[in-house]
Amino acid sequence: MTRSEKETASILHRLRNSAAACRRPLAFMEVCGTHTMSAFRCGLASVLPENVRLISGPGCPVCVTAQGDIDRMIELARNPEVILCTYGDMMRVPGRRGSLEAARRDGARVQIVYSSLDAVARARAEPARQVVFAAVGFETTAPATAVALLAARRLNLANFTVLASHKRIIPAMRALLSGAPRRGLGLDGFLCPGHVSVIIGQQAYEPLVREFQVACVIGGFEPVQILRALADLVDLARDHRAALINQYPEAVTPEGNRAARKLLDTVFQAGPARWRGLGEIPQSGMIIRASFARFDARRVFQLSEQAEREPASCLCGKVIGGLALPTDCKLFGRGCTPISPIGPCMVSSEGTCAAWFKYGPRDAGGSPGRQPLQEANA
Amino acid sequence: MTPLISRVNNAAAAPLPAHFEHIALAHGGGGQLTDALIAQAMLPRLNNPILAERLDAGLLGRNGESLALTIDSYVVQPLFFPGGDIGRLAVSGTVNDLAVCGAEPLGLALSIILAEGLERKVLERVLDSIAATAREAGVQVITGDTKVVGRGHADGMYLTTAGIGCVPGSRNLHPRQVVPGDVLIINGSIGEHGLAVMLERDMPEVKSVLCSDAAPLNGMIGDVLRQAPGIKFMRDPTRGGLAGAAADLAAQCGRHVVLQESDIPIRPEARHAADMLGLDPLDVANEGKVLLVVRPEEAEIALAALRSHTQGRDACVIGHVDAAADGICELHTTIGGRRIVQKPYGEQLPRIC
Repeated sequence: MTRSEKETASILHRLRNSAAACRRPLAFMEVCGTHTMSAFRCGLASVLPENVRLISGPGCPVCVTAQGDIDRMIELARNPEVILCTYGDMMRVPGRRGSLEAARRDGARVQIVYSSLDAVARARAEPARQVVFAAVGFETTAPATAVALLAARRLNLANFTVLASHKRIIPAMRALLSGAPRRGLGLDGFLCPGHVSVIIGQQAYEPLVREFQVACVIGGFEPVQILRALADLVDLARDHRAALINQYPEAVTPEGNRAARKLLDTVFQAGPARWRGLGEIPQSGMIIRASFARFDARRVFQLSEQAEREPASCLCGKVIGGLALPTDCKLFGRGCTPISPIGPCMVSSEGTCAAWFKYGPRDAGGSPGRQPLQEANA
Repeated sequence: MTPLISRVNNAAAAPLPAHFEHIALAHGGGGQLTDALIAQAMLPRLNNPILAERLDAGLLGRNGESLALTIDSYVVQPLFFPGGDIGRLAVSGTVNDLAVCGAEPLGLALSIILAEGLERKVLERVLDSIAATAREAGVQVITGDTKVVGRGHADGMYLTTAGIGCVPGSRNLHPRQVVPGDVLIINGSIGEHGLAVMLERDMPEVKSVLCSDAAPLNGMIGDVLRQAPGIKFMRDPTRGGLAGAAADLAAQCGRHVVLQESDIPIRPEARHAADMLGLDPLDVANEGKVLLVVRPEEAEIALAALRSHTQGRDACVIGHVDAAADGICELHTTIGGRRIVQKPYGEQLPRIC
């Protein structure tokens, strides 16, 4: 047995003992696409005790992007003057009139970028065209968008704008705890996102813990790090304690990354945002400040704020809210597959439905066999 | 098997969207979507018993020796990348498709499509690489064709290589030979080709020591086949990666294939690059790897034969075939968990070969 195997076995041992002592079903939620992927890839559900369930919450930036925001991206991409730059995962998300991939096939200029500055470079290289960067993501990708906006201002670019759909995670967690979605959710705690916490810091969760008496544990992304954070959450549930624990201290400090937060504050202000399936959540969006209005695609192109209409019978909203499993959805695996996705949770590789489809189910009852449990116990 | 497993598998095996009006990039990804394209558009029109086998090469002839014929096109961008170039890829890929069918390559045909305006020195550099790789593989380009298309109609250069080889009569490599208990061997660490190309193309500012593994494997494979005649089947896990090759193997032999995650060699730099690009290393293309299915009694012999070659130094056993007749590939993970391995559906990032 290697050192890491021993460590895994000992954490699992602790987790199982605490879970057994709880004598009731426990539900925790992660709100980070990387946690979703990592949990699926390592077959986490197949090693968890029967009464412990990890729900994937609204942590995949593509999945929480509202239908209307996707429609606006497609509308812009179809404008012959425009080159729309975006992250790869957005390409296949269906809007009401096709996807960006379909728009590109029909001749629209859509470019996948890995960095916001690639979009700035594109604008400099093609001064005769309008380059729009469709920016999505949480506090992790938003600083890069801020850097692009500052660069555009410094370079005085007349042909670069940002269509920002950035989101803040804490208001969404607050909405899940206080709003209608919590009914029936029975949440025992949050596995808090590693990357986002690097930016917002450990302290950002303190008000949630205090106000809602909910346990929050910040965890890294390696399977063993996720297990460690879950074991802490189960311990807290056993002891009926609402506390904040940082199990990722090598990356997450109490106050987070001040420089990045200052960047965000320079460029964005908090405002309402629409989330797929969760509706409008106050303070959960990052709105481009008026001082950057000339780089704000919403203002420059006077985009309509269309009414939201999500695909009929798609349960993505409930899946994101932790109220339904992908397999509860009539479309899952039938009309909706990674090849022809209907809902955003099937499009993004970080989406719960796509991960479920690709790696198999991970709720305790549906994992492929229980033998590893005994092996790890031995 | 729990009911949910078969439910998910059924979902995965559900009919793919039957109708598409246009070709998408992902149709060329070597995943489920490519399979759908072949099944829906090509097989109904071109089907015959040899094509229906869907092996890496078509095998002609029944008695005694048979001839193997294979063909592949190469559209990789950029043309040059760490560890290789389009020319090395074009020779290696075709030679390897012959070799995994048990064929000894006899000769190659090379077709070149050039874009107007391509620099002569770029062409010559690629041709030098083709010549060097062919020498390494002990095979010659015996015929060819050249076309030029107008500026903007092709991206620099496309290559097509066809290869012909001869399969000794005693060899019969086929998924139907695979039985429970057989072990899976890989000749080295995975994911490096796809990741090296993607980094070079999409993140040129990232400095990495990752190199493509593109190499002709016919020498090594020939050696292993001579020393371990109990080899049942081989595949080169190119597009679709090890996940695609292993999932296909499970489906084709109808058995439960188990991969042990902790035994699958992945270099740390490949793992980091895959994390950065948001990819599963199991899904990423290799161009110098072969997945072998061997009788357990001959596993050690096959490993020793592989390890005597540079391309097989890190060869190891990564899994086995189980008795369950469900056609599913499963990964036993490092934390003792289990999950299904599926063939990737399309391709996250285009044009790596």
